[in-house]
Order: sequence, then structure tokens, then C-alpha cells
Amino acid sequence: MGGLQAGSVGAFKGRDVISILDFTRSDLEELFEAADWFRRRLLDGNVPKLLDGRLVALAFFEPSTRTRLSFEAAAKRLGGETIGFTSEEAISVAKGESFADTIRMLDAYADIIVVRHKYEGAALYAAEVAEKPVVNAGDGRQHHPTQAMIDLYTVKLLFGSPDGLVYAVLGDLRYSRAAISFLYGLTLYKPKRVYLVSPPQLRIREEVEMVLRERGLPYREASDITEVIEEVDVLYVVRIQRERFPDPMEYEKVRGSYRVTPELVKKGKPTLRILHPLPKVDEIDPRVDSMPQAAYFFQASLGVPLRMALLTMILGVYAG
Amino acid sequence: MGPVPDSELLVRKIREGTVIDHIPAGRALAVLRILGITGREGFRVAVVMNVESRKLGRKDIVKVEGRLLKPHEVDVIALIAPTATINIVKDYKVVEKRRVKIPRLVEGVLKCKNPTCITRKKGEYIRSRFRLVSEKPVILQCVYCGTLLHEDEILAQVLGEQE
Repeated sequence: MGGLQAGSVGAFKGRDVISILDFTRSDLEELFEAADWFRRRLLDGNVPKLLDGRLVALAFFEPSTRTRLSFEAAAKRLGGETIGFTSEEAISVAKGESFADTIRMLDAYADIIVVRHKYEGAALYAAEVAEKPVVNAGDGRQHHPTQAMIDLYTVKLLFGSPDGLVYAVLGDLRYSRAAISFLYGLTLYKPKRVYLVSPPQLRIREEVEMVLRERGLPYREASDITEVIEEVDVLYVVRIQRERFPDPMEYEKVRGSYRVTPELVKKGKPTLRILHPLPKVDEIDPRVDSMPQAAYFFQASLGVPLRMALLTMILGVYAG
Repeated sequence: MGPVPDSELLVRKIREGTVIDHIPAGRALAVLRILGITGREGFRVAVVMNVESRKLGRKDIVKVEGRLLKPHEVDVIALIAPTATINIVKDYKVVEKRRVKIPRLVEGVLKCKNPTCITRKKGEYIRSRFRLVSEKPVILQCVYCGTLLHEDEILAQVLGEQE
């Protein structure tokens, strides 16, 4: 679609969602307010059918559980319908159809297209091809803007604001689009400090570093989480993105190189909160799940109201 | 008029067209490749290589007769020939002279180095697109996947096996 439609009201109507960097802090505040509203409606069991008669295309060329199901749940709770697929094997791509042609078809059928693809830039390309709004549900190792929206919303609910906090982002910062999008999202706020903690092979890529530096994010790199844990308010953990390693041997070298244990968590402030975009594999000890610091299931629960807010605002049916 | 320079003795003046002067020695063929001039278009093209230059020591020159290259067509050669000057010739006279400048957006010429960039996906009709993020040294960024292309990588890609 390419940006705002002429004459639209609100920052979201008719808009593509490709990168969290395309949004401003006030855009996100508007979104979070709407998410609050939908969260209350969900708790009351009183969700208005704002998407009645609307069709949401879920084009998942790469596997997904939470993102796809939460978009689907969001659409259906609002009275909308979904069409789509969950792997390339099930569709004509397996017969050799191009990505662009698949997108054109969905553009003709649906009102909005949610797309996930293993190639970086796929969502931007889809937005160039499609007339209808495109929402990036993850493009390779690059962007996952709706995850970043959920993550920032979680921090806002837990702490009142993402401003002034000390963050540590732990894990595969090279390939995790969730971690990178979270860091990009933090550049819209005023964190006190951000520690980037990763094995040396998995530190942030140069183009990500360029963005963080240009936007003045106060970040420092650290190699060991135990050195900084006492200072941290928000510990954001990601798994090692095994599927994005060009060489399986490289994965073997770093697997299991970090782990959040109850002992580590107890060293932190009592108000420390741990976020994780999920799925988690072995980077968080399951004993941490029941500690008050574990906020990742709460975080995941916000996926539906946040995506309800996003879908209705883009489609111009949210009145607040 | 001073003495006729050697380069002018090698190739006669053109009546109308474009002269690209001050190309770093040895890069004239790469300049033609970037401009998409293969010789099959029918224009008279003269390539002069390794002639003396006061500014550069040695330089290459390309003359394209019968075609007036527009700035947006020719600026992209700044990626490999930042010293190049463009002379637009009409009726044997230079009517316009300017230096090349790397465009803000470089389309179609280069390939993204990231194998999982959407522009590298087989079967898609999509042109590569890079935005200029730094002029000195030259750094380009893929609009689609964000990957950076550095000067040495750009040179290696365009010059290929030549250097």
C-alpha cells in the first residue's frame, strides 16, 4: 500500500505494518489505548463484532503458532473471517508459483494480508505488490513489528512506561527478529540503559548496530548476564534461532551457551520482570516459569487484544 | 590552443554525444557494463584506456556518440569511478560538464549479498534497490533486507574478475 491513505483519520488506517521503526511513540500510545479497551471487552466477554463481513488473509509461508493463532483469534472474536495457509507445501508455491502471484491472489480475496516469510524483505515486497494493507508477521531475521508492539505494551502495563528502565536483551541477537524489533522499538522511548548480552558469534548485525547508534539508544554490549543482572528491570530473552543458521556446525557451537536459572533471577531486583517472545526451548529453566519475575505468559496473552486493536485500526473500524 | 593531448590523437572528436572522462585506469569496461552499453545498441562507442592524466596519473575515457546520457543514467558510475566527469557534446563543443555523484537510490545495478533477501528469491520479478547511507566510504543499504554493501564489496561486484 505504501504509507497512509489520503484523507485517512488516525495513524493506522489503511497502513502497512512492515517495521516498528515506521511508527512513532504517539502511534504506539494510540494503539496501546485501543488494546486496553479490547482487553477490557475480552474480560467482560463483550467483544463488539467490528470485523463482521471482513476477511483477513493469513499467509504463513513459515511455521508459526502464537502469531498465527493470535491473529486468527483476534479476527474471529471480532466477528471476522480468516483464510490462509500455514506452509508452502499446502499451496501452489509448491508447484512453482511466485510469492508475488500468491500475494496478488490474496489481495483480490481479502481485506488485509498478514504475511510471514523466511526471506527478509518479503513483507515490504508484498506491500508493493498488494493494494490492501499488509502486516508483517515476521520476515526472516529482519522485522517482527507486531511482536515488538506486544513487548512494549507488556512493559508499559508492568512498569507504567518503557522509559527510564534498564533492559538486558539476552540471546541470539544476530538472527532473532523479535530481539531486533524490540531493540528498534526501544529507540522510540527513553530507556536508561540497554545491555546486549550474547555469545560473540551471535552479537547484533552491523546494520542493526547502525540503526541503534543513529537513533542514540544507550546500549552496551556484555558477554555475561550475571555481570549486569543486579541492575536490570526488564530481562528480554530469546532462543537461538537454529533455523536461520547457514551452517549447523555453527549452531552446535553456541547451543546451550546461556540459560536463565532461578539462581540468576534471585540475584536480580525483586521487581525484575522476564520477557520472552516464545517459543522457548532450553534458555529458561522451567523452574523460573512459576516465579513472580516470569512475565512471558502474561506477555503472550496480550497478543490477542493488541492484534484486535491493530486490525480494527488499520481497517478503520475502531472508534474507541 | 595548446598541444593536442595524446588521448585526442587516439580517438577523434565526436559531433554529438557523451564523453566520460577521468575514469580510473582500467575501469572503462566496467563503466560500460554499469551503463548497460554492450555495443549492440548501434551507437559508436570509443574506449580509451590507460592514457596519461595530470589529475590521475593514468585514466580511461569513454565516448558514446549519438547519445546524450542523462544525469540519473550516468550518476551510478560514481560507485566505481567517483572521479569521472561527464561532458555533453553538441556540435563538437562541450555544452555541459559535470562530475558524477552517487544517487540516493541505486536500482537494479547491484546484487544484495544476503542470500535470503527477497531480491535474491528465484522466480520473483524484483529489482534490487539500495539506499545510499554513506558517501565516504561508500556504503549502500538494501531497501528490502537492510544488509549493508561496503565499498570494497561494491567494487568487487561491479569489477568482477577484472581486479
